[in-house]
Amino acid sequence: MSIRSRLPHRGRTLSLAKQESRAGLTLILPTLIIIVVVVVVPVLWTLMLAFQRVRLLNLRQVGVFGNYTLDNISAILASSDFRQALINTLVYTVLGTGLSIGLGLVAALVVRRPFPGRVMVRGIMLLPYVAPVVAVTFVWQIMLNPQFGIANHIGVDILGWHHAIPFLSEQTGHVSLFGWHLGVPTALLTVIAFDAWRYFPFSFLFILARLQAVPAELEESARVDGGTPTQRFAHILWPQLRPVIAMLAVLRFIWTFNKFDDVYLLTGGGSGTEVVSVRVYQLLTAQADVGGSAAQAAILAAVLAICLAAYFLLFGRKQGLEDVA
Amino acid sequence: MSSSTLQRPPESAAAGRRLRPARRRRRQQFTWTRDGIETAVFGALKWLIIAGLVVVCAFPFYYMLLLSVRSIQQLLLEPGRILPSASELTLSTYRSVLESVGDGGQGFVTLLRNSGIIAVLTVIVTLLVSIPGAYAVSRLRFAGRRQVHFLFLAVYLFPSIVLAIPLFVLFTRIGLRGSLAGLILVYISQTVPVAIYMLRNYFQTVPRSIEEAAAADGCSRLRVVWSVSLPLARPAIMATALYVFMIAWNEYLFALLFLVEDRSRWTVSLGLAQLSGSIEIPSTVLMAGSVILTVPIMVLFFLSERLLSEGLTAGAEKG
Repeated sequence: MSIRSRLPHRGRTLSLAKQESRAGLTLILPTLIIIVVVVVVPVLWTLMLAFQRVRLLNLRQVGVFGNYTLDNISAILASSDFRQALINTLVYTVLGTGLSIGLGLVAALVVRRPFPGRVMVRGIMLLPYVAPVVAVTFVWQIMLNPQFGIANHIGVDILGWHHAIPFLSEQTGHVSLFGWHLGVPTALLTVIAFDAWRYFPFSFLFILARLQAVPAELEESARVDGGTPTQRFAHILWPQLRPVIAMLAVLRFIWTFNKFDDVYLLTGGGSGTEVVSVRVYQLLTAQADVGGSAAQAAILAAVLAICLAAYFLLFGRKQGLEDVA
Repeated sequence: MSSSTLQRPPESAAAGRRLRPARRRRRQQFTWTRDGIETAVFGALKWLIIAGLVVVCAFPFYYMLLLSVRSIQQLLLEPGRILPSASELTLSTYRSVLESVGDGGQGFVTLLRNSGIIAVLTVIVTLLVSIPGAYAVSRLRFAGRRQVHFLFLAVYLFPSIVLAIPLFVLFTRIGLRGSLAGLILVYISQTVPVAIYMLRNYFQTVPRSIEEAAAADGCSRLRVVWSVSLPLARPAIMATALYVFMIAWNEYLFALLFLVEDRSRWTVSLGLAQLSGSIEIPSTVLMAGSVILTVPIMVLFFLSERLLSEGLTAGAEKG
């Protein structure tokens, strides 16, 4: 029996509901204040700055009723560097998201049944995600170093490469495959590989949790009916996993699209790996062009919003996202 | 049932032994059917993939540790060495990274202190703010409760780089740039939504009837929360605290934007990133710095792995 139904008078019930509402608002208020002050207001302000000519020096003269202009936006849209950065961002995001979810799915499938040492294996597979980004990017840099990195040492001495590969500083590498000479964006692919390595544990964790909740009878009955492992995966597991994978795809897309530290720490945005967020940072700090960087950030957010809208239009319901937020 | 097992232990043990080989035989039986081939192939592939993933995930950390105890000369001579020889093992890298700048080291002790202060304060304030918030979202009906989700979504959607610009400008103006307090404020705003999400999932699994029973016994709401809901939620609170600690400890972009000018205020992450570009400091010394940065997180993680993964994915089972 709930507390409410035991109360005799309607008047008391109403005031209790009001009381509950007031208590709820009071409890959530500190959260709201922080989010509004540190997130909502800054985002709106970014939009304002994007349409004003602002540098760090003349910041004091800029007000709400300043001179609005479309110069920042049009200058950026006309710049070929920005377009290239946007293409890089999209390639990086799509491949990084796809690879990290694919790897996470494979990892979850292989460790889902108990075996000795499973807890340890699961813990190790989560390491790339929990370790500090600065430490792991630094280790990758050293491992891939052309002079004394272990990767090139193994490649040249054991696998017989002709020369060491500067993984993080080579914009285009040449690979000949069956007589075809192909140009490969070495540094961009390396950064994408890093992204897959660092973020597959996140997908792994969620997919594993979902796999473990699939009723055992479902699979058992499919096995009894003669379903092979691939058939059982396609017809039993995959339909169960689809919602969580859709949620992961959306989340990882958003986060990779906006990612700054991984790329910045690995290559500094050089060698064809310049993504938009790194450009925003460089415009802000190196050139102190507040308006320009805000405009780029605004365009970044707009492109992301368009991608998400397209996704939801294509795939219908906004599944998953509500669950996360 | 337990009493019958106790009475006849030899029999049930024998039954177990009889059962187990039977199951194993069924697994190993190989037939030239699609099912047989697939089962055999995937069975073998599975172990190969597990081994591969473990190596790929663990090796960089082993390499980090390895380089931190070798000298830079040895590394340049023998870059492919996977096991260090006992004679070249050195801890001088750690001394040099920890010693203060005045003594010719890199002063990581100060950086560790900064990172520690920032992470711990972030955890405390985030919990103080998010526990009541999560309770309100999961238990109380109030106007605008549904809309709260959209605010959190905004935090997820807007990249930190978008927030970075106005915050950089604002903090420059009011003089918070360069202060640890400003950074902590930003970290709180980044961690409160995820903390509320994790805690809310947990509060929802605590049956309302327990709270209602306490309320019926005459406890005030505050007292119900304090002495019933919070103790029940302790594992979730621990998991949330650890996750927030990791976020604050590992964060790089905002630390870079706000603290870069004054070396005495650097965090470990920032210090390592700033120094890694320098030619004068040997890579092995910085590897020792990486180990120092990573070890606290690793220790916390292995102590709390189950708690943490369950806290994060709670609710995901429903799809």
